[in-house]
Amino acid sequence: MTWETFLWTTLGAFLTLCTFSFLYKDNPFYKFAEHLVVGVSAGYFALVLYHQILIPNVFDKIFDGEWWYIIPALLGIMMWTRFSRKYSWISRWPIALYMGIASGMAVPREMHARVIEQMHSAMINIIDMNNIMGNSFFDTASGIAKLIVFIGTLSALFYFFFSKEHKGFFKGISQFGIWILMIGFGASFGYTVMGRISLFVQRIQVMRDWTVVAWADEASGAFAVFWIITFGVFAIWAVFEIRKYLRSKRSTA
Amino acid sequence: MKRQLPLAMVFIFGFLMIIQYFIPHEYSEWVNAFLMDWMMIIGVFALALGLWSLTRVSWDKVRQKKPNWGYSIVTLAGLFLMMFFGFDYFRHFSTAVGSDNYMYIHFYRHIVIPIQATMFSLLAFFIASAAYRAFRARSLLATLLLVAALVIMLRFNPFLGPLQPIMEEFSVWLLNVPNLAAKRAIVIGVGLGMVATALKVILGIERAYLGKD
Repeated sequence: MTWETFLWTTLGAFLTLCTFSFLYKDNPFYKFAEHLVVGVSAGYFALVLYHQILIPNVFDKIFDGEWWYIIPALLGIMMWTRFSRKYSWISRWPIALYMGIASGMAVPREMHARVIEQMHSAMINIIDMNNIMGNSFFDTASGIAKLIVFIGTLSALFYFFFSKEHKGFFKGISQFGIWILMIGFGASFGYTVMGRISLFVQRIQVMRDWTVVAWADEASGAFAVFWIITFGVFAIWAVFEIRKYLRSKRSTA
Repeated sequence: MKRQLPLAMVFIFGFLMIIQYFIPHEYSEWVNAFLMDWMMIIGVFALALGLWSLTRVSWDKVRQKKPNWGYSIVTLAGLFLMMFFGFDYFRHFSTAVGSDNYMYIHFYRHIVIPIQATMFSLLAFFIASAAYRAFRARSLLATLLLVAALVIMLRFNPFLGPLQPIMEEFSVWLLNVPNLAAKRAIVIGVGLGMVATALKVILGIERAYLGKD
């Protein structure tokens, strides 16, 4: 590990510790990391869009003779009138253009991708008599599984259908619909938790790798100094917090 | 001029884009690509509004010495430094040379990625404590939620011993059968909702985007 790599990874490790300190409570280290990431990521993504959209689609095209690309640029500039009380109405023109194009595109595309395609997938081969039981009870390609997906989709949709009163047979359908929705929400929740845990494990692994490599390297002296400083700062902070806690407890007593 | 023209623009461009979708001709595709470019360009200029707003709010906090104003300096410094490096030390504005700047790339790799990944990983703790409060099996619906979540979370758990393969198979079934049905219903609902909202915008029924005046 070179010095350069050591310093960069140390910065990352320090910011990771700052962010993890929020597990105790909101504190200056966390606030520092939070505000830093807001500024740096805003700058980063602004520049990414500038480099990847504005330069090839406006500057390059205008310099290549496609002068009409100056029109969307002017419309974009019109958006900046939003900050003026007197001229803010001008910003409605580019917003209207944007909304018109986006809404017009959304109607056929959303209808196709979210509604028709999903309905098509739910309806094909609903009763697959050749493979009704599948290989096992948990076979997701079996005819029964397909039937459950079809009935489940229909029931869950019916739960949100209020033009017909949910009574008798229809109450049963909507009841089954909410069961299916609850299983879906539970599965999504479990999946999200596992995703977050994976991220947590990955952060811990990054910290471990950084520790192992830094100790076994020429930068180990600097690494030791960094650890002493970091833990010193966090230890002093912890002492202050404990004193504050004890003082508040004494005053309430 | 102030309200009628924007409403007319939304109507004309909205219908143009709907009709364009059903015309498989090269001119129609050209119109689509052309207007997509316009949308992207206008969007980038709108981003400048966000940057200006962030700068103004942070600067006002510093100027008026509001509580925690020191952190706003950190935000402004981060933003300014990324601009400085991203434009290759303010030397190249009309080319993308700055996107390969050493400091620009390393600031992203060693500041943005670690903090964002850690923030998302922190959610594991908060989500778990929320689950403890929300998942008490007090009714059949809460029990279904709890069991589905537990099966998905425990599917790779090695301590389950001989139950582990069954749990894994069950979790795959849960994800691909009842979960798929629920997701499909939600996606269809969302799709219909989006189409309805888009039509409301095109027809001028929904006008919130125009703001008050």
